Amino acid sequence: MHRIKLKINGKGFEHEVDSRLLLIHYLREKARLTGTHVGCDTGNCGACTIIFNGKAVKSCMILAVQANGAELTTIEGIAQNGFHPIQESFMDKFAVQCGYCTPGMIMSAHALLLENPDPNETEIREAIEGNLCMCTGYQQIVEAISHAAKKIGRSEKK
Amino acid sequence: MYPNRFEYFAPTSLQEALSLLSIYQDEAKLLAGGQSLLSLMKLRLANPKYLIDLGHIADLNYIRQNGDKIAIGAMTTYAQIKDSELLRKDCPLLVKTASVVGDVQVRNRGTIGGSLSHADPAADMPAAVLASGAELKAVHLNGERWIKAEEFFVTTFTTALAPNEILTEIRAPTLAGHKTIYLKAAPRPTDFAIVGIAACLRLGPNNRCEGIAMGVTGASDKAYRPQALEKALQGEKLDFYTIREAAARVTEGIEVNENIHASSGFRSHLAQVYTARAIQTAMNS
Repeated sequence: MHRIKLKINGKGFEHEVDSRLLLIHYLREKARLTGTHVGCDTGNCGACTIIFNGKAVKSCMILAVQANGAELTTIEGIAQNGFHPIQESFMDKFAVQCGYCTPGMIMSAHALLLENPDPNETEIREAIEGNLCMCTGYQQIVEAISHAAKKIGRSEKK
Repeated sequence: MYPNRFEYFAPTSLQEALSLLSIYQDEAKLLAGGQSLLSLMKLRLANPKYLIDLGHIADLNYIRQNGDKIAIGAMTTYAQIKDSELLRKDCPLLVKTASVVGDVQVRNRGTIGGSLSHADPAADMPAAVLASGAELKAVHLNGERWIKAEEFFVTTFTTALAPNEILTEIRAPTLAGHKTIYLKAAPRPTDFAIVGIAACLRLGPNNRCEGIAMGVTGASDKAYRPQALEKALQGEKLDFYTIREAAARVTEGIEVNENIHASSGFRSHLAQVYTARAIQTAMNS
């Protein structure tokens, strides 16, 4: 067992974990943050995407012990007052059907917009290449991210 | 999915990591970005008793000029390579290759040293280090040695590294003035290559080939340099027919893989087509 200390969504967490515990299971079962989804569990689908020290990563491809000292953001951490503009845009543009991929998609989109506030369509599609959606055909998701970028840009200008 | 049980170490210095490795040797695995190893461990195809995490050793992550070469720390991620201005200027082949490895999340975690040491026969990075003429630094407790890229890949998941050695640095010559490209055929862009071709050319007047180095991945049990092909083009004027004729030799002397994605015949054909395309694309770059 290893003691790990990390920050999730700005809050400190400390737990004893088995070395083989994956970060996704740590988040859901120890930290009790169940917004991050377990999809394929093989590193393909991106449903478990979170932000790890500022970068989008798949939390099923990282051990909990590797996150010792890290700062993470999960889907629970992006909304401050009500929904985050990306979440609102996903609703406005009907970018959610079954919702399974949504937390991962939103975290990938969030990571993109942190680095590139005004992405073009190619950049948006590249940013979500690691996230699979079996419902929407991606078009609405791309539109939602583009819409969110404009929305965030507008609110910052105010 | 849970890996088998293992003991985990997070050394904070290379010396400490080397000491652990010298104790546990074959029973230990080094963890870099984990984007390949953790998959294998979850599937229980890899079951190391001891896992030595290199992620807390700060001085393995850098990209810097070193005389006429560029030194890249083994723990440098694909994303860092992709975004490196220094590499974009002096060694763009590595940037082009890192940009098409996996997806965003994989590139944010996966490292060049991890990929090379893992030696997946369909990984992208081995082709690029072969074509760029890189040398790899292997360190053990009592010293270090440099291994040429073409001597590094032995067979599937097997490199020239000894059980007590750690790959710490990749040193690539600056290739300013060279024409380079990496092209891959894959079921989807984020997948492993069915065939991947890295090309590095130096052209003289009238498109005469003054220097050529290629790296081929995905075709066989390891990434390799297609020597017959390189020899056929060295000194020649590179026109469509010369390139096409030489490209037929890209798998000469190689036992070509067969799997659900491609038969060995189709894979050889793809290798030829992508070789010709890579050379032409590099020339026009």
